[in-house]
Amino acid sequence: MIKLSEIKKSFFVSLWFMFLTFPIMVIRVNPIEKIVEWRWKNLFFIGIGSFLLSFVWRYLFKRKEAGMKKAEAGDDTVKISFYQKIFEEPKIYIPGLIVVAVVVFAFPFVFSIYQTNIMTTALIYVMLGLGLNIVVGLAGLLDLGYVAFYAVGAYSYALLNYHFGLSFWLALPVGAGLGALFGILLGFPVLRLRGDYLAIVTLGFGEIIRIILENWNEFSFGPSGIANIPRPGFFGIEFSIEGATMFMYFLMIALTLFTIFVVNRLQNSRIGRAWIALREDEVACQAMGIDKTKTKLTAFALGATWAGMVGVVFAAKTTFINPASFTVWESIIILCIVVLGGMGSIVGVIFGALILILLPEYLRAFSEFRMLLFGAVLIIMMVFRPGGVISSVRRTYRFEGLTQKSEK
Amino acid sequence: MKKILEVKNLTMNFGGLCALDRIDLDISEGEIVALIGPNGAGKTTFFNCITGIYPPTEGKMFIFPPGKARKSIKGLKPNQVTEKGLARTFQNIRLFPNMTVLENVMIGRHCRMSSGIAGAVFRNKATVREENAIVEESYIILQKIGLSEYVNEFAKNLPYGAQRRLEIARAMATEPFLLLLDEPAAGMNLRETKELDELIVKIRNTEGISILLIEHDMKLVMSLSDRIFVVDYGKKIAQGTPEEIQKNPVVIKAYLGEDFDA
Repeated sequence: MIKLSEIKKSFFVSLWFMFLTFPIMVIRVNPIEKIVEWRWKNLFFIGIGSFLLSFVWRYLFKRKEAGMKKAEAGDDTVKISFYQKIFEEPKIYIPGLIVVAVVVFAFPFVFSIYQTNIMTTALIYVMLGLGLNIVVGLAGLLDLGYVAFYAVGAYSYALLNYHFGLSFWLALPVGAGLGALFGILLGFPVLRLRGDYLAIVTLGFGEIIRIILENWNEFSFGPSGIANIPRPGFFGIEFSIEGATMFMYFLMIALTLFTIFVVNRLQNSRIGRAWIALREDEVACQAMGIDKTKTKLTAFALGATWAGMVGVVFAAKTTFINPASFTVWESIIILCIVVLGGMGSIVGVIFGALILILLPEYLRAFSEFRMLLFGAVLIIMMVFRPGGVISSVRRTYRFEGLTQKSEK
Repeated sequence: MKKILEVKNLTMNFGGLCALDRIDLDISEGEIVALIGPNGAGKTTFFNCITGIYPPTEGKMFIFPPGKARKSIKGLKPNQVTEKGLARTFQNIRLFPNMTVLENVMIGRHCRMSSGIAGAVFRNKATVREENAIVEESYIILQKIGLSEYVNEFAKNLPYGAQRRLEIARAMATEPFLLLLDEPAAGMNLRETKELDELIVKIRNTEGISILLIEHDMKLVMSLSDRIFVVDYGKKIAQGTPEEIQKNPVVIKAYLGEDFDA
């Protein structure tokens, strides 16, 4: 049953939207021919569209609130068990994994180089997201300067190769190491900070790195950047452009798998538990004998390691880097990946990266509206799934019973 | 009896405010000692000083761990104090709400474990053994505290009284020789308080852990404690056995005011 008041509400919503989108949807100024085009038809579509969508929105909102009430009444077990079923039931996830593996392997052979390239970029962001997930998702330290470590990795390969001819494979661990080192460097001054204050300082740190790279011409060649960075070789094989793209793709797949493996192990370990405890309650965590300094620094260092490593890959992939690739916007995208995907959840972060990187690419069909749609998707996601696409799949330690030894 | 904690002349100033004024306190092995006083007397500040959350302005603090020599704990960080064998609970519950009961206790065992990053990544035999061991040890602690039925629940979903007990379990997991309880009975009903009373005695008797507690529930304090210290406005105004404290005119004055005629 649709009530009159709801229709009235929707009417005002559509009116408001028509007003808001008026400048971009209706008016088109052609400065060359000096004419203004009025596209009233668009206004009509917006009005109808938002009128109908507001009903959908309200319906979804009601459903969400009903779900929340259910959860408050202590009935949240249903939801969790649904996800756990997917991830714990071998009958479901093993065929799933096989399908994913086949798709991943066949991808570059089926799709064009262009598509493969986009996928490689998405995988770069998957790795960045997984790295930042350690800092933000597990340890709960809001880091807005994560891109700095990415830049450190990229420049370490570019510069070491330019000056000393260091190969990609050597630069990979060096980049990771330098990333970790810079993570600790950033970690020390911000040990006492939390939340908003930490975010501001890390934001500043990210900008410092970028501005240094932009202005210290003798060191980093300034805004003109470094070109002709060699692609990775593979036992002396020279690749064609096509081959190199494919190789980069499979390299990123391997590195991503490696990252998933290590991050998963870390999160289900003594250190991972300490990170989560630090996120939950810093004072209690310290009172329980966890060294806050050490725990925070390992989070920063291990988070930054992945950014450093993937920075090397990025430099090798694009063969040209300049400071413009390492702006705050990048940090924010990576943070969005973590938050949207689901903080602390590895599968969530992978989904988040794929959505956020692939969506703008495939929205190119909508050309000028794609960032608008992108923003809308973010808002809708956060309203309806504030915990992220896939939240709370963190494996908790469950007690399965004592072994014979200690059983009485 | 052997002393295990000795605090001398402890003073804590916050700017011009003197929260603790030359407090002396000592605890012997196997004792249950209570620290009482009106609201704002400085009891929690005293705890925070001993456990390293605040650096005291002045004074000395020593611990005598069993089988080890006297050590000063002044200037140590909270985690170092805990490592030395002093564990505490908090007045307002500070559990890790989104971790399970078992995980909460496992965090307490953190400082008694040794595996590092390499162990976590390679998951070698020693790490696996250690991980399995702490799951069992943590469960045994939960059994002792009577929380084993909640083992896989999230801490935030526990009833209030159980949350309070979980704080004690978590503190015990750090293997302390002295347990500092900050108002463990706050907000508990009569039955829960009685259970807590039995639990504290049990911890002292079977685990050999000495206890220092802050508490407002006088019935609990009088039945539990071997000795009582009373503070008011940051000063220690009395110390002695429960009987002595109950009769002490200074204490009565501090609690009930100047013009009280009994």
